[in-house]
Amino acid sequence: MHELSIVLSIVDIAEQQVALNDAQSVEEIELEIGQLAGVEWDALDFAWEAATKHTVLEKSSRKLTIIDGKARCLECGQGFSAPTLFTECPSCGSFFSDLLSGKELRVKSLTLI
Amino acid sequence: MCTTCGCGQSDDAITIQLVGEEEHLHLVDGEVHSHHHHHGHEHSHEHGDHHHHGHVHSHTHDSGNSHSGDKKVLQLELDILQKNQLLAERNRGYFEAKHILALNLVSSPGAGKTSLLERTLRDLKDEVPFYVIEGDQQTMNDANRIAETGAPVVQINTGKGCHLDSSMISHAVRKLDPSIGSILAIENVGNLVCPALFDLGEGRRVVIISVPEGDDKPIKYPDMFYSAHLCLINKIDLLPYVQFDVDKAKGYARQVNHHLEFIELSATTGQGMDQWYAWLRHNRIAH
Repeated sequence: MHELSIVLSIVDIAEQQVALNDAQSVEEIELEIGQLAGVEWDALDFAWEAATKHTVLEKSSRKLTIIDGKARCLECGQGFSAPTLFTECPSCGSFFSDLLSGKELRVKSLTLI
Repeated sequence: MCTTCGCGQSDDAITIQLVGEEEHLHLVDGEVHSHHHHHGHEHSHEHGDHHHHGHVHSHTHDSGNSHSGDKKVLQLELDILQKNQLLAERNRGYFEAKHILALNLVSSPGAGKTSLLERTLRDLKDEVPFYVIEGDQQTMNDANRIAETGAPVVQINTGKGCHLDSSMISHAVRKLDPSIGSILAIENVGNLVCPALFDLGEGRRVVIISVPEGDDKPIKYPDMFYSAHLCLINKIDLLPYVQFDVDKAKGYARQVNHHLEFIELSATTGQGMDQWYAWLRHNRIAH
């Protein structure tokens, strides 16, 4: 349940920004989380519900963009979609690849009111 | 209530305690509440003034942000775990400056992390100064086992927490005060999922699997193998009795992380331990 730590970190960031900007609360929060960031979506929802209570995020709408995993093959240079950390290159079958995206864990924006 | 000091902290609170000392810390929202115990049942509660608020640089240039009515849109692009990451880098800098090889040992519960450490500490104690941080949800059991080897050890109880984080390590290291050139072994909470995301500032991450667990662990829990430097395959003395294909396990792990190194060993019989010690010596010099 590390999703709870993730939500608590998001709450920290939101509380801090609300205080810095003399705002009241957050109307909308935009998150970008990679498909391979190790986040379980149901667990995130569950933790969100519990951990945003009595915080500036309690009534916020949450916009979540899931960023697809992408990798580049180190054998043949082919770029490809990587829904897991062990996706083989569709072109040459190698597992020798570098991940280009999918590990993101970001607060993209906050709409403060 | 904290069962150690009887203060108001619940058993779920994060507690950091050096074996051999009564004094311990509670971390509440990343802040320290330390308890000093005096004879005569006095209680002095000092609330430390350590604040660990990460410094956020938000960009509020008018060009990048829109204002409509009383609304203000901040384009933050902030890493959610930036607070953990900043403190991890601070820990890493401290370790590097003192030439300390910090190891983050991760595995599922029961893979043999503590037994491996016990044997390592006994075998190498005359050669390298070792310091240990033990992470468990509850009890001082593992720290007490390590303390019997003579190594200084701090137990972190995470309460309901499923992983260690860089703030806990920062506080534990202050209690331990590891010497220059030592090895700091951090035994994470037994869990192959959650600790993967949290950088502690370690120099090397070591994932341990044991042969009774099944050879497909690396693709069942790929995140942990993706972020590790070394994979120890433990309990190989049990290979004749279990269905575990070492080559298959390595193959799966390499699919996830082609940089991963492997050592097969048994902390019980001692087989393969020399290779592990050689790896420690090599990486200690490299730091």
